[in-house]
Amino acid sequence: MPEYKWPEADQRRVIGKRVNRLDGPAKASGAAKYTYDVNRPGMLHGKLLLCPHAHAKIAKIDTSAAEALPGVKGVLVIQGVGSEIRWHGDEIALVAAETEQRAIDGVRAIKVEYEVLPHYVNDRDAEAAGKFVVGKDKDGNDTTAARTAGEKLTGDPDAAFKGDVVTVEGDYGIAVITHCCLESHGVVAEWTGENELTLWISTQNVSGIAAQISGPLKIPAGNVRTVCDHIGGGFGSKFSPDRWGIFAAEMARKTGKPVKVMLDRNHELMSAGTRPSGFARIKVAAKKDGTLAAWESHHWGTNGPGGGTVAESAMPYVFRSIPNTRTRITGIATNTGPQRAWRAPNHPQGAAMTMCALADLAAALNMDELEFFKKNVGFTGLPDVYSEELDIAADLIGWKKKAHPRGDKTAGPIKRGLGISIHTWGGTPHNSTCDVTINPDGSVVVQLGSQDLGTGTRTILAQVAAETFGINVPDVKVNIGDSRFKPSGGSGGSTTVGGVSSACRRGCLDAAAGLLEKVAPALEAKPEDLEIVAGKVQVKGKADRSLTWKQACAKLGMQPLTKTGTQPGPTSGEHRLASGGVGGVQIADVSVDIETGIVKMNEFVAVQDQGLVLNPKTCESQILGAVIMGVCYAIMEEKIQDPITGRTLNPDMEFYKLAGIGDIGNIKVHLMSGPKYDAKGVIGNGEPPVISPGAAIANAVANAIGVRVPDLPLTADRVLAALDKKGGVA
Amino acid sequence: MKDPGLIDPTRSDESDQRMDSGGVSRRAFLRGSGAAAAATALSNSLAEAAQRDGSPKIAGPGAVEITLTVNGQKKSLKVEPRVTLLDALRNDLDVTGAKRVCDRATCGACTVEIDGKPAYACSVLAIEAQGKAIKTIESLGADHPLVKAFVDNDAEQCGFCTPGFVMACNSFLKKCPNPTLEQVESGLGGNLCRCGTYMGIKGAVLQAAKALAAKGGVSNA
Repeated sequence: MPEYKWPEADQRRVIGKRVNRLDGPAKASGAAKYTYDVNRPGMLHGKLLLCPHAHAKIAKIDTSAAEALPGVKGVLVIQGVGSEIRWHGDEIALVAAETEQRAIDGVRAIKVEYEVLPHYVNDRDAEAAGKFVVGKDKDGNDTTAARTAGEKLTGDPDAAFKGDVVTVEGDYGIAVITHCCLESHGVVAEWTGENELTLWISTQNVSGIAAQISGPLKIPAGNVRTVCDHIGGGFGSKFSPDRWGIFAAEMARKTGKPVKVMLDRNHELMSAGTRPSGFARIKVAAKKDGTLAAWESHHWGTNGPGGGTVAESAMPYVFRSIPNTRTRITGIATNTGPQRAWRAPNHPQGAAMTMCALADLAAALNMDELEFFKKNVGFTGLPDVYSEELDIAADLIGWKKKAHPRGDKTAGPIKRGLGISIHTWGGTPHNSTCDVTINPDGSVVVQLGSQDLGTGTRTILAQVAAETFGINVPDVKVNIGDSRFKPSGGSGGSTTVGGVSSACRRGCLDAAAGLLEKVAPALEAKPEDLEIVAGKVQVKGKADRSLTWKQACAKLGMQPLTKTGTQPGPTSGEHRLASGGVGGVQIADVSVDIETGIVKMNEFVAVQDQGLVLNPKTCESQILGAVIMGVCYAIMEEKIQDPITGRTLNPDMEFYKLAGIGDIGNIKVHLMSGPKYDAKGVIGNGEPPVISPGAAIANAVANAIGVRVPDLPLTADRVLAALDKKGGVA
Repeated sequence: MKDPGLIDPTRSDESDQRMDSGGVSRRAFLRGSGAAAAATALSNSLAEAAQRDGSPKIAGPGAVEITLTVNGQKKSLKVEPRVTLLDALRNDLDVTGAKRVCDRATCGACTVEIDGKPAYACSVLAIEAQGKAIKTIESLGADHPLVKAFVDNDAEQCGFCTPGFVMACNSFLKKCPNPTLEQVESGLGGNLCRCGTYMGIKGAVLQAAKALAAKGGVSNA
């Protein structure tokens, strides 16, 4: 059995190299087909009727006028009479018609009578939530929108705060945002035979959809084929077939025609997932030398009707070993669309609340923020990594030259500042099975039921195979995005690259061993005396006793050779191809106009520990993208609920703000590298770099203007209000 | 500053006169709707009367036969007048490179060129686009210097905004063939990306500008 490990650094031809992404040309030239682009013969278009109220019961529903409209082929009620609707934008009915326009007519023709119920949407105010009665518990007492989720105590915080310490207390927070995938959620459903369904679906979970939809449709999971060649963004929100997917399939069954249902933008932003908010009152203390001594926090927020909020494990964030802590949590149930995993669940909120409180403490100590973080890395799980990264990040941003105490004292309305945040993430591999086939003509196929979210999954798979077989990346065909291939885990939690690269490497090494057995007689050697080098199979160290790759593969005869590599999941045993547990440091450099309140990005540095990097180019792109996503939620992005009506006020892209190309400043990425990091194996990096930008930018703003803006996003009104209230440098 | 990129309804050029074959130019549409302004709705009888008088033809409300010239090829299709160019391309002609994202002229994912100018296809009616040269991302091909520059600079992740961005860049480079970084940042403000590929796009535009200059500039074809 081959030894499952990565080649040593000096032997890597393909992995670790800046290989262009394989599907780049197809995407950039418009040839790549997404679920939204699938058009089937005779296909109907489905449109959804959405609830206009934040909280209501359906009293009456009449679809007859819709059904009678020309072009309308079917109407399905999703939530009928008696259903309680708990957020603006939840689905009531699905109409399928020959054209989208006719389907829209059908939706408009459905008559619904709602019994409008009281709603609650204010997640900033935990006290108000505690007074909003939503029902009775089993003892007949009122239950409210606020749900105490627990309290945790370590050491003796009360005594610690009374000691010889410097203490700060403040308010912090980060608003609800959405995933805002550019390709909205949706499916094309087509029945290809009796009880045989093909589902094109925009999903992060190609292998995991069938088991979720077969039950509702009452067909065996094996009868469901799921296809997703390309996905236009997921960010954690696309693991399920969703109710619209199930009803699209029901509609296709009912009408006997393929049905496409893609969410409209307003629906996407109201119902297809949010990131829970987190707000906190934090008290934190340090000894005079800056060593952290005590922490007390109460945090709350909403994840929608469920009434959950940011997890306890995120507060305090990263600095988990601070002695003497008391943490309390209140979840708030709101009449808003429910949460879905949003890139690094809990962590960005934990960072935004924790790192801001810590920076305020550093300022109160009159201590340099960088020195303060370095002083306290011992309270984290990765002190060595953070120490090294803090120095590198400080160097890259020009800390020594630019840093100043809180409040830019230079003249004029433009104030400049720096801010730091640090983060951690797991990123251990998911389960994955990968078929690797060597064909007698020398071509190689890597095939598995995974998906490429734009992270470069296809590309790194080809690199792993090319590396193992001594061939070039274009010589490897990668088949993914189809549930007919062997299963791989869903792409969540930064688990994909570790999972699929390990499975692929194992399959490749097994296939290589199989090939060497077939080739050995021709080279008059034992299989174990052979090696694969660039373009050749040879007797170890003897280039004159060799066959070209193609000649070697021809020895397979007529049958291709297929081996299946398996990555069992996070525990990869003694052969560590992949692992988890990374740390990163980010520093922001911003300018704030104290007359307008506008925050502008100057520079941003992201230093990331990423284990063995298979492709620095796509890895850096992930980090750059994560930082830009962070700029969005740090200074502009927010899902806004109207307290009066409970409706979402900005379910569109004019007022649900994303950064444009001119809003991001200059971003520098530094990947930690070398034997120490290589030894960790491959680790996913979709989430870690998206965690810190909010905190780093908020700290930079505080450093610039001299006051803390409590809540993210740091919109102009919030910046001006903070200046007004606390008398900042203005 | 963002280049609105949309067809200017007030402009006076020959493209206005080229409307025929069942279509109606935006100017003619404005004239027609002006004539109907006294009525609360533009009823069929008014429309018919207007046509009898030799006034501009009013399309709809049912589906009408139209011809679109897409990437140099004439395509006949039948669409309701309310159908956007984007939906006609995607749903009727299976030309899916232009994407539907915001569907209201904010994000640029549907960017195409109409008579050489960038336009948000979600905000142009299909009937308006008759007689005009419509150029979509599919006309560029994988070997186009801009496409190559996007790949080289890894200016794409999920790729859903990418075709619109490439088209916007193509139009931008026509106007500004040798841009500075600042010009790139202001000239491409009409497109949005969620994955955060802007750093790559900046690099791609600067690379493509050089490559295209060496080839004699962006083709207007």
